[in-house]
Amino acid sequence: MSTFTPYSAAVGGALIGLAAVLLMVATGRIAGVSGFVSRLLPPYEDRQTVVRLAFVTGLILAPVLYSVGIGHSVNIAVSSSLSVLLVAGFLVGLGAVLGGGCTSGHGVCGTARLSSRSLIATPVFVGAGMITVFVVRHVLGGQ
Amino acid sequence: MQVIATFVSGLLFGLGLCVSGLIDPAKVQSFLDVAGDWDPSLAITMASAVIVTGVGYRMAFARGKPLFAGTFQIPPVGKIDRRLVAGAAIFGIGWGLVGFCPGPAVAALSVSAEPAFWFVLAMLAGMAAGRWLVSQSAVAAQKPAVSANS
Repeated sequence: MSTFTPYSAAVGGALIGLAAVLLMVATGRIAGVSGFVSRLLPPYEDRQTVVRLAFVTGLILAPVLYSVGIGHSVNIAVSSSLSVLLVAGFLVGLGAVLGGGCTSGHGVCGTARLSSRSLIATPVFVGAGMITVFVVRHVLGGQ
Repeated sequence: MQVIATFVSGLLFGLGLCVSGLIDPAKVQSFLDVAGDWDPSLAITMASAVIVTGVGYRMAFARGKPLFAGTFQIPPVGKIDRRLVAGAAIFGIGWGLVGFCPGPAVAALSVSAEPAFWFVLAMLAGMAAGRWLVSQSAVAAQKPAVSANS
């Protein structure tokens, strides 16, 4: 359960959009987190590892800076057990590579440039996520 | 310059995840829980991100080329096939189970270390498995792999 926070949701979304635009304007790249992260693993197809590490480093440092800025720690509540974390993590990694993108690459960047693949992938993963939460919480009776 | 700009982009992206609450799996699951106590906040986050990106991309593409690189690297117009739909569905199931997707999970490594660590470790294994599957099917089809971009 969480409260409706329209303003921070809109501001946070705009920041994510700015990040994507900056990356495109400066380097010509799509801000796809799964693409960056999956290519940190071998086999290496190009020499862009440092660039990918730079993005991931910024991403990891952001919550630290943010919590210093607001004066308390970031709200993160994970209710899943270790086994669920491992299964879900594997599915997210596998699905992102097979589907060619994740929430950022398809959901934000691809949708913004009206890529037909992204316009299919995004409702499919949002729908699958909604069905999964429905089954876990309302059919199986919750975690 | 590419490295610095990419670092700043990652930082802005991560701040956006924190401000919007997308970094919090509980909030993500509340967004996905349409039959329960639904919190539509993240729909606003997605809409806001897509609008800013859409407008910014148009301006970027109008310039002709990026500031610090030769060309825009836009994923080619690919086909809509079973792999795309199956991949997105598998991704969505994992996303719903915990409430983490790749960006928030990696960002959370610095603040919610243990659950994020296990999730990211398994995610890397899933990515490696996915890349292996993609390369196998590319070999079978005797043509270059469609890269898992974005």
